[in-house]
Amino acid sequence: MSPKTLYDKIWDAHVAHQAEDGTCLLYIDRHLVHEVTSPQAFEGLRMAGRKVRAPEKTIAVPDHNVPTTEGREDPAQMTEESRIQVQALDKNARDFGIHYYPVSDIRQGIVHIVGPEQGWTLPGMTVVCGDSHTATHGAFGALAHGIGTSEVEHVLATQTLIQKKSKNMKVEITGKLNPGVTAKDITLAVIGKTGTAGGTGYVIEYCGEAIRDLSMEGRMTVCNMAIEGGARAGLIAPDQKTFDYVQGRPHAPKGAQWEAALNWWQTLYSDDDAHWDKVVTIKGEDIAPVVTWGTSPEDVLPITATVPNPEDFTGGKVEAARRSIEYMGLTPGQKLSDIAIDTVFIGSCTNGRIEDLRAAAAILKGKKIKDGIRAMVVPGSGLVRAQAEEEGIADIFKEAGFEWRLAGCSMCLAMNPDQLAPGERCAATSNRNFEGRQGRGGRTHLLSPAMAAAAAITGKLTDVRELM
Amino acid sequence: MDKFEKLQGIAAPMPLINIDTDMIIPKVFLKTIKRSGLGVNLFDEMRYNADGSENPDFVLNKPQYRDAEILVAGDNFGCGSSREHAPWAIKDFGIKCVISTSFADIFFNNCFKNGILPIVLPQEQVDTLMKDAEKGANARMTVDLEAQEITTSDGETIPFEVDAFKKHCLLNGLDDIGLTMEKAAAIDTFESQSAQSRPWV
Repeated sequence: MSPKTLYDKIWDAHVAHQAEDGTCLLYIDRHLVHEVTSPQAFEGLRMAGRKVRAPEKTIAVPDHNVPTTEGREDPAQMTEESRIQVQALDKNARDFGIHYYPVSDIRQGIVHIVGPEQGWTLPGMTVVCGDSHTATHGAFGALAHGIGTSEVEHVLATQTLIQKKSKNMKVEITGKLNPGVTAKDITLAVIGKTGTAGGTGYVIEYCGEAIRDLSMEGRMTVCNMAIEGGARAGLIAPDQKTFDYVQGRPHAPKGAQWEAALNWWQTLYSDDDAHWDKVVTIKGEDIAPVVTWGTSPEDVLPITATVPNPEDFTGGKVEAARRSIEYMGLTPGQKLSDIAIDTVFIGSCTNGRIEDLRAAAAILKGKKIKDGIRAMVVPGSGLVRAQAEEEGIADIFKEAGFEWRLAGCSMCLAMNPDQLAPGERCAATSNRNFEGRQGRGGRTHLLSPAMAAAAAITGKLTDVRELM
Repeated sequence: MDKFEKLQGIAAPMPLINIDTDMIIPKVFLKTIKRSGLGVNLFDEMRYNADGSENPDFVLNKPQYRDAEILVAGDNFGCGSSREHAPWAIKDFGIKCVISTSFADIFFNNCFKNGILPIVLPQEQVDTLMKDAEKGANARMTVDLEAQEITTSDGETIPFEVDAFKKHCLLNGLDDIGLTMEKAAAIDTFESQSAQSRPWV
C-alpha cells in the first residue's frame, strides 16, 4: 500500500461516492450548528419538504449572539434581531429533532468548545459547521472545516458534502518552546511566516516536538487558526493525550466500542514516507511571545519589535500595510511595547478553555489591572466557567478587576452587546484583527492569554516574560 | 439557482489585497434569517461614513461603477469567516463575477452555490483586467463561462480555468442537494458499512 498522510487516511475512510473527475461525496460524522449561519438552511429544508438525514449526528448551540451578562435568559437582554435568530434555532432544533444545548443549559458555550467537551468530537471523524473556526476540532485528528450555509443545508439533507481533495502541507515545530511562549504564539508565528493565503488549497498537519508537548487545549488553539492561514483544515495526529482527554466524556464510546475505536485511532498518523506538497519548519526556540500590529492575522511580530514601515513590504502589501497602520492609529518605528490599550478581552474559541484562563490567572494572581482599563473574561462554555470557579481562578480575575462573564463568542466578533467603540484599542485573545471585527472602528491586537493578562496590568502591550 | 452563461458588464477595480468577509458584510448584518436584501450593506464600512452618508471615494459609489457586475480584486479575496452572507450581499448588489489571483477556500465554494463565478488568474492577467476596469463605465468586459474566456474592452481575450463539475452546475443552474439525492443509494451503503466498521460514530 502506498504511504499516506493522516489527511489521506481520514479522507479515504469517508468517501461515499467518487465521480470520474475526482469529485467526491464525503460522509460527515458530526455536524455542529449555531444560530447565525443555519436559519436559511433549515428554511431551505422546509421549503423543499426535506428532513435532517442524521439528527443524531447533528448538534446545535447558540453562541454568537448571546449576551454574556447575568440574567440573559431574559429575552429583553437581546436585540430583536438576535432574539429572532436564537429563537429560530430553538425551534429548528425542536422541529428537526437534533441535539441542543440552550442558553439555560450549563453545557452551553462556543460550539467549538462544547463539541470536544461533550465528546462529540472524536479522532478520525469528519466534522463540519457553518463557521470557519471548525478547524479547532482538527486537534483530535478529526478532519474539520467550516462550510457556508448552502453546504449546511446540504449536510442536513444528505449527511455528505461535495468535495475535492486538498493538498497536503506539513508544518513542523521542532524542539522546545521558551518560557512565556504558548500555543497562541506558535499559531500566530506560523501565519506570520506563511501569510493568510499560504495554506490556501491545503490541509495542514501540525507536528514536531513542540506540538506533541502541547496539551489538548493548546492543540485546539493551534488548529483553530489554521483557517487564518488560509488552509481548509488543520490536523494533529491523535496520541495518548488525545485518548485521555476523550475517554469518559458523555458522548465518547465506552466498553468494547472504546477498545475498537482506540484500535483504529492508533493507526491515524502520517506514514514516514508519505508525500507532502509543501513543508514549513520552524524551530520552537525561535518563537517569541508575539502580537499583531495590523488588520490581518499575518501582521505578526515579536513583542520586542517595532511597528513596521509600509515601504518595507512589496507588492499589494505596501498599500495594505499603509491602510492597516492608519486604521490602527500607529506610527512606523513605534515600539510595540509602547502601545497603550483601553480594553482586554480574554475568551473565544481560540483561547476560551480552562488552560487559557489558568495561564492568564497565573500572571494576574495578587495583582490589579491598571486604572481605566476595561477587562473581561468570557469562558468558552458554562462548564469551563464552573471549573474556573471551583479552581479559584474566577476569584483571581475578579479581584484583579476583570468582569467575569457567562459563556459565548462575545467580543471576538461583537455580534452581541460586547463591542469596541470607534478608536478603542483592545488586547484580545481571539483570532481576527480585521477592520471593525470587534466593533466599527475598533482596533484589535491579537495575543496569548498570558500576554493579555500582562497588558491588563500595565495598560499597554507588554512582554509577559517581564512579569514572570 | 440562477444560471451563469455569458456576462457582459462593467467591472469595478478593488486592488486592495486580503479583502475579508468582515469588510464584505460586517457582522451587524448577519442577524437576518433571510438570504435576500444584503446588497445595500455590501462593503458597508468602506462604502458609508459613520453618519450613514455615502463615502464618495469608495469605488462602488462612483457614478461609473454603481452598476458594476464584475469585481476585479486584489489577492486572497474573501478571507475570514464562512458567512455565506458575503456572496449573498455581492449577488444582491448585482455582482455576478469576481476575478482575483486567489480566493479564500470557503468563500470560493460559497460563490458557486449562489450563481457567482469566481475566476482565478495569474497576477499579470489580473493586472491587465485591473487596468481595464479602471477605465470606468465605458470598459465593459465579457465573461463567457462556456468558452472559459474573458474579453477586455480592447478585445483582448484571456482564458481561465474552472472545475468541470462546478461549471456544469453554474451553466445549468443546478441545485447541489438534488444532485446528491440522486446518489442516495451510495450514501445508504456507506452508512451501513460504517455502522459495522465504526459503530461508535
